[in-house]
Parts: sequence; structure tokens; C-alpha cells
Amino acid sequence: MKVTLSNSDYLRNFDRFISSLDFSDPEHLYIYSHPKWINVHPAVLALIVVMAMRAGKQNVMFENLTATSGSYLDRMGLFEFTHQESPYTIQKKEESGRFIPVTVIKNSTEQSRFITDMIPLLHLPADKTDAIKYTVGELLRNVLEHSESTNGAIVAAQYYKKSNTIRIGICDSGIGIKKSLQQYWASRSKTDIEAIKWAMVPGISGTTRKEGGTEDNAGAGLFFIKSIAQIARSYFMIYSGSGIYKLLLHDKRIEKPRLHPDPDDDRHSERNDAPYLQGALVAIDLSLENKSEFTQLLSAIREVYGRAVRDRKRKKYKEPKFI
Amino acid sequence: MSMLIEVKDLAGDFAENKDVAKKLRLNKIMPTLADGEEIVLDFSGVSGTTQSFIHALLSEPIRQFRDVALEKIKYKNCSDVVREVIKTVYEYMQESLDSESYEE
Repeated sequence: MKVTLSNSDYLRNFDRFISSLDFSDPEHLYIYSHPKWINVHPAVLALIVVMAMRAGKQNVMFENLTATSGSYLDRMGLFEFTHQESPYTIQKKEESGRFIPVTVIKNSTEQSRFITDMIPLLHLPADKTDAIKYTVGELLRNVLEHSESTNGAIVAAQYYKKSNTIRIGICDSGIGIKKSLQQYWASRSKTDIEAIKWAMVPGISGTTRKEGGTEDNAGAGLFFIKSIAQIARSYFMIYSGSGIYKLLLHDKRIEKPRLHPDPDDDRHSERNDAPYLQGALVAIDLSLENKSEFTQLLSAIREVYGRAVRDRKRKKYKEPKFI
Repeated sequence: MSMLIEVKDLAGDFAENKDVAKKLRLNKIMPTLADGEEIVLDFSGVSGTTQSFIHALLSEPIRQFRDVALEKIKYKNCSDVVREVIKTVYEYMQESLDSESYEE
């Protein structure tokens, strides 16, 4: 496997990073990097850790790691998943309060602890914490419940002062979204991108075809997260198998962006020819600039969700038989 | 008689752990409704929650006990976020009560 880190591996131009990925030869991982500068989204680190776990610590090799800013990889805990020692000397104290290093979450107890500890680590404003806890909580839970990953969920996050965003990446090496939907939604998940988009439709769960879901799953999680990202004017990306769906930013002049139950109606990019990722990677940039209250946002989501369920019901109504 | 459940004691100040919700549902909510008694879920000290948590807590009682659940479960000291999430689950569960499966 190969991965190349550049000086701008952010969601805006993630295609460059994706095209550098090579998942062949899973027993070895070679990490190449820009010689002078490294700037990576936390999702990149979460993905590298998943790849490193697959290859095994002994088989992870950094090539030409010369950039001074490569110390970021050390601060984020990447070297804990490699046999190679960090070439950097870092003063961890200086950087506290701005990031969450790569963390492995294997069960709901660890998830709850992580969510409790996360906010003080990031030093985020109190009025923004619910949206972030909500997003991370639901994404981690998705992995733990549906991915069947033996390595759990790998998560990392970083606060960026300049753009006032929190960037979060969560990755797993599980069965992938397509397979998790196929038991109940085979016709809707013939390809990875179809499955990713279907998983974002409100009320679609991989655990049932029943309206309202099962006692434990409603199939609302990804629709909520996509909607949170959309209203907060944020990037949101799902990568699983060969499919990638990326929610793009909407026009800043639109004060209240419209939420859509069908992800095809959102401004997005998609592809189904990415290097095959076993598992799933979810990345989100949550802008903290958004002034609307989280409750208003939830209320807007509730309206769209309810409308989607009603519309679906209406489609099943029998027509009168006029003869 | 009514049963009072302090959610924060079990789920913390951000209620997201579905295992906790499931335990509450199975061990407290369902048996209490089966006995025809009232339940008060007190969310004081809980700043927020997730849709998954509330779904795991309430969807089955609503599906199984329908109006009895809607009448007998009461909520106290909810933050605006908790209130909105409960309203969402109530809405889609009631919408889906009469239609069993999706058709394509």
C-alpha cells in the first residue's frame, strides 16, 4: 500500500490525495510526503492508521520524511502505529487544546469517554459543543454498530483557528457501506456510490426495511450529519469501496440552505472509480461561524425528515379505480 | 403511581450511549408501561442527546404501546436540543405506525 502526503490534503481538494492511494500489497505500507511542507486533514491520519493496522507496525515505512511540519504527524500520534521512531522532537504542552490525536474506539463505553473528553481538549465555545458531540457521537456509533470492524473506529480531529472550523475524520476497516446495506437493500446498493447515497436517505437503515426502523435503528444518522454539515456550510465526505460522495459548499449568499432528503439533490461531487477502500472513511469540516442555533437546525431537519416519510407513505396509497 | 428516571445519572450530560438507552427501555420503560403506569423521564443536567439515543429509548415503546406510551411517558427539564430530538422521534414514529415496510 502507498500513500502520499502533500501540503494541502484538505477536503476541498481531496481528489489529489485519493489519486495517490494504492491499496495493493496490504502487507506493506509506504508513506511518502512532500519534502518541505505537510498539511493534512485528520481524516488522512485516520485512514493511514487503518492502513497501518492492516500492514502491521513492522511493515510501515516513512519515506523522505524531511518536512519540518511533519512534526504534526508525531503530535497526532501517528508514530504509535508504526515501528519507525519519530524524527521530531515536539513540545506537546504548547499545542494542547487544539487537536485530538488519532484514537481507537472499540465500544460504546470508550465512545462516551471520548465524547466527554473531546470538548475540553479542543477548547470549543459552549454553544457549539452539542453539534460537535452530536456529529462525532453518531458517526462513531455508526461504525461500532454497522461496520463489523475488528479494529473499531479510528478518529482524529483538529481545530483550525484561521477558518474557525473543526475538522474530523473517522475511518474503519469493516465491511463497507455497500455490504452493510445489501441484506435489505440489494437493489439500491448495486454500486458503492449508490449504497453511500442510499444510506443518506432519511429512514434507510441497513438493519430493516420497516418504516420507523427497528427498536435500535432508525436510519437517520447520516441524513442528520449531512444536514448539519449543509446548514453549517461545511464539507462532508463519505468514502467507501470505490465510491466517494462529497457535499460541496453552497453559495454564501444563501442564508438558509434548503435541506434535501435525496442526496442527489444536494450540491455535491461523486465518483465510483476511487481506489478500493475496504471499510469506510467519513470526513467533515464543521464551521463554527454559523450563527444559527443547533435547536433551529434540528427543527429544520425534523421538518424535512417528516416530509420525506410522509411523501414515501403517499406513494403507497392506492388510487381509486375509476371505470 | 409514576416512575421517575433521572437520565443524567445513567447517560451523562450528553445522552448518546445507546446501550444505556436500550437498558433503560428494556428494564424500566417497557415493564412500567406494561403495568399501565406513568413514567417521567427527567433530563435535568442533560445538555443534549442524539436521535439514535432517543430512538433506542422510545421507538419500541411507541410502536408496541402506541397511545398508551404517548400518554404515559412524560418529559421533564428538557433542554431545547433534547426537546427537538424527542419531537423528531415522536413525529416519524407516529408517521410510520401504520405502514410496515418500504416498497420500491
